[in-house]
Amino acid sequence: MYVAVKGGEKAIENAHRLMAEERRGDLAVPELSVEQILQQMRLAVDRVMSEGSLYDPELAALAIKQSRGDLVEAIFLLRAYRTTLPRLYTTEPVDTTAMHVRRRISATFKDIPGGQMLGPTFDYTHRLLDFKLAAESSVEPAAHDEQVGDNGIARVMDLLESEGLVEDVVVDDDDPVGDITRDPMTFPADRDLRLQNLARGDEGFLLALGYSSQRGFGDNHPFAGEIRMGEVAVSIAPEELGFEIEIGDITLSECEMVTSFKGSKSELPRFTRGYGLSFGYNERKVMAMSLVDRALQARELGEEIEAPAQDEEFVLYHSDNVEAQGFVQHLKLPHYVDFQADLVMVRGMREEILKKQQADNSEEAA
Amino acid sequence: MTLDSNAFDSNNENIQARKHWMSVLARAEASQLEQALSELEAAPKYMHLRPPEIGMAMVRGRADAKGDRFNLGEMTISRCSIRLEDGLVGHGYVTGRNKRHAELAALFDAMLQAPGNGPVLTESVIEPLHAIQVEKRQTDSAKTAATKVNFFTMVRGED
Repeated sequence: MYVAVKGGEKAIENAHRLMAEERRGDLAVPELSVEQILQQMRLAVDRVMSEGSLYDPELAALAIKQSRGDLVEAIFLLRAYRTTLPRLYTTEPVDTTAMHVRRRISATFKDIPGGQMLGPTFDYTHRLLDFKLAAESSVEPAAHDEQVGDNGIARVMDLLESEGLVEDVVVDDDDPVGDITRDPMTFPADRDLRLQNLARGDEGFLLALGYSSQRGFGDNHPFAGEIRMGEVAVSIAPEELGFEIEIGDITLSECEMVTSFKGSKSELPRFTRGYGLSFGYNERKVMAMSLVDRALQARELGEEIEAPAQDEEFVLYHSDNVEAQGFVQHLKLPHYVDFQADLVMVRGMREEILKKQQADNSEEAA
Repeated sequence: MTLDSNAFDSNNENIQARKHWMSVLARAEASQLEQALSELEAAPKYMHLRPPEIGMAMVRGRADAKGDRFNLGEMTISRCSIRLEDGLVGHGYVTGRNKRHAELAALFDAMLQAPGNGPVLTESVIEPLHAIQVEKRQTDSAKTAATKVNFFTMVRGED
């Protein structure tokens, strides 16, 4: 428990002024604009939108500026802003098969319908610092190839599915969709709740859990079946219209992981699936998410739940960095009364033990 | 609040046309619509049925891309409904927080439904904006296509 304290207003105000001054930095250096962050720090913007659980690139860029680049703080700001707006619609489920693909790769098949398109990626770079960027860079324009395929590239998983080599996808659109922003998490948690939780979960946490599952803590034996990034249309069906309309596009990343196979006396062996989906270009996030999604299917697949990544209470209760940072950082708030109580107790215990030792010692001496 | 739906809505072909222009208006820049409005002979008079407002839409995905639905996260959107002097009602729904964009989209949505003027506006406003949007897409696709990996297969007896 922490208690309300009075006073310190002036110090707090001055601390915020000092923070604002440090955020601005040397006045001789031009101020960073929100538009510059939006254009040139786009992957930070995407992460903030994803974990802030609100798709609005301008707001995410503003949050990054305000938080001085502290992304978890920026995510917190976006989450807080989110609570000020009414929810007017629920969109139709996005169709990622119809995605306007800007990157699409598969690690399971070399030749796939529609081909492998690397898109803008850090993959295959040498991870050597590029000192040319320290000066102003002149960018060579991107290459164009007019041999453009259609949108709506076939899915790699469909190739496996057509042979029955992977679990069937179940669709039940009469089933109500859970929402962790409106109802508290309950256990056992269905996959809709788990995916919503993971989609806004902390990338670092999911990365570590996904990694742990690869290293044997809940072995998945995964392959990246397909990874996509690009734009999908967003549709709503407003009551006053009575039909569905597209209101724009959003950038999404998606990962379908092909994971360990199983079979039984009654079933032929086949692969299982893990799924990751995220706002923006967040490839590492969706890969990690798909590993954790698969690990969390342990209960439904009748697997032994032995590892942290398979434990849904452990994963879902600790994935949210807004909650996590809040609880960890609340330790900074005044706990004077609590601590006073502990202090009195520890002093009392010490005194008692010391007295007893003294008594024992004098008995031995006697 | 009741938002009259126009008699216009009853015809399927008209709905298809309207869906098209509404999506083009939503994907356009507000500045492009402002420009198109300023080029009209006379600025249309209208009243708000629903003043421009900002809110959110919960974006849904599907597990494994085509399975059961789940809530991915929210996005900001703006909407507005207007009525022209002649009674035609227009609705605007756009992503983001630009209220004026939603208002302009609603205004054009109403004007585009006018039997006489609608087709003219489709020609002069919607199709040029659509062409710009398609071209942007094609440019992106051409850049992506240039990153396509062309594997060559080593001969190994069998594929």
